[in-house]
Amino acid sequence: MDFRTLGKTYRNGEVIIMQGESGDCMYVIQTGEVEVLQRHGSEEVRLAVLGPGDFFGEMALFQRELRSATVRAMGEARVLTVDKRTFMSRVHEDPSLAYRLVQTMSERLRRVNAEYVRAASSHPFQKSAAATPPPADAP
Amino acid sequence: MSELAPSSAPADRPGHLELQSGARVAVVGGGPAGSFFSYFFLDLAERLGLDVQLDVFEPKNYAIPGPAGCNMCGGVVSESLVQMLATEGINLPPTVVARGIDSYVLHMDVGVARIKTPLQEMRIAAVYRGAGPRGAQERTWDSFDGFLLDRAAAKGARVVRERVEAVTWRRDRPQVKTRNGAPQPYDLLVAAVGVNGAALKLFEGLGLNYQPPRTSKTYIAEFFLGRETMGKYFGHAMHVFLLNLPRLEFAALIPKGDYLTFCLLGENIDDALVQSFLNAGEVRQCLPPGWQRPETFCHCSPRISTSGAVQPFSDRVVFIGDCGMARLYKDGIGSAYRTAKAAARAAVFDGVAREDFRRHFQPVCETIRRDNLVGKLVFAFTRQIQHRRFARQGMLRMVMREQQQARGAPRMSMVLWDTFTGSASYGNVFLRTLHPFFWCRLLWDCLRSLRPVRKTQ
Repeated sequence: MDFRTLGKTYRNGEVIIMQGESGDCMYVIQTGEVEVLQRHGSEEVRLAVLGPGDFFGEMALFQRELRSATVRAMGEARVLTVDKRTFMSRVHEDPSLAYRLVQTMSERLRRVNAEYVRAASSHPFQKSAAATPPPADAP
Repeated sequence: MSELAPSSAPADRPGHLELQSGARVAVVGGGPAGSFFSYFFLDLAERLGLDVQLDVFEPKNYAIPGPAGCNMCGGVVSESLVQMLATEGINLPPTVVARGIDSYVLHMDVGVARIKTPLQEMRIAAVYRGAGPRGAQERTWDSFDGFLLDRAAAKGARVVRERVEAVTWRRDRPQVKTRNGAPQPYDLLVAAVGVNGAALKLFEGLGLNYQPPRTSKTYIAEFFLGRETMGKYFGHAMHVFLLNLPRLEFAALIPKGDYLTFCLLGENIDDALVQSFLNAGEVRQCLPPGWQRPETFCHCSPRISTSGAVQPFSDRVVFIGDCGMARLYKDGIGSAYRTAKAAARAAVFDGVAREDFRRHFQPVCETIRRDNLVGKLVFAFTRQIQHRRFARQGMLRMVMREQQQARGAPRMSMVLWDTFTGSASYGNVFLRTLHPFFWCRLLWDCLRSLRPVRKTQ
């Protein structure tokens, strides 16, 4: 292990957060990659692959909902935890701290909307639904 | 050069001076405060679509080892700041982190206790502010200050590698003169010059009501031990000492790559106090057997701010970082981040008039100032423990039990962790010491301290 890195090292395949668990922190990837997976019944769908500088688990900072996806290390990954308490106490003084989170969440929402429209358009029975914009909280 | 006219008082907001596209900003000092200000100012301006020119004046070359390229500091980036920077998108690369820290070892005459991070994760960064100690042979790290300045430059800041010789007024605007250049007027002048060096005197001629903060002398030394020895004796732990030595408030040994940094804080640290510290059994016990202080080594006695500046802002001028307001003894880089960002927010979103800074910058300074008052209480309490053997034993007993137990709230451990690391405000630390369980446990352990404590190391 490099003595000059920050965060915690996860080995290949190691679960960082588990869908359905409660959480009170978000994570910022320092090195390596992680995959975001969501389980629907017996099927596991990969939603995204994230790399250095990306963050995940940010919904736990704003909501009390359970984790909506599982995040697993792809190869060795080093990840830094950001506590909800630390984040919230700083946001109270400096609301602009949340800007980057909001920006990224907005980008993800836009991507999900595009995916939704594409999926709906390609389904013969859903074409009329594609004409209707998805709700703002689609993800 | 175009005539300056982009900042003016809008008709509906008398007393305000708004920056507009084309405005020019000068930042004197390219340490963390100056770089943070530059980075966030340009970032916020970009969000608003403001096209501004920002010049950072920094004559130091952070690639030169030793004092010439160093801003003299213990070089610890606190747990909370590491998290906030990561949230801002500023992740410290391994080339800048000289060593990640995941635990503290508390040394007292009554014993030793290791306090682990709450998540057992390396969230504290030991860094070199400059290029490292004088005479460093094999440099495998980059300067923290250089890294931040590069980030500011990447955002669009123009780095002027010249020493500022004079700061004066030209009509109602500050102007900056370097040795090789003509005086340049600016719409905003940001002082980020720290409390060491003569740069602060430059601002005396502006006729402001600013009064610099009170300061105290510290001692920082770097000793080469080699990577293997560092790994064997220090690993990823920072060693802190609560010793009953007069005038010594706090002492720490910080592992950084192949070097060990000694950092002593207190009241006017002099050579006699440094020698007493090095001779203390608790310190000798922690160092490799037979280690002797070498004849020559890199060391400095920088001053740290122990109170805030009076009136650290005026029309078109603001003081940030140590020369404005800093936390007592801890997290100086964190204070630089907070004051720099507050000043940047005020300048971009509100304006650069004294009233704008009073309303939008001063509250952050005031929060830090009030917290420092509580900090003085916390350190007074710590001093009482330092002076009483039974209290030291009681505290150690409480910490050791908390660290051995997997369940239960580690109240004393977290109080010490946050006090030593600067990860939480002193107010927050103080509130937690008011919990009845904290006092019941501490009093019980103090009573039990009549029996000897088993040492862990």
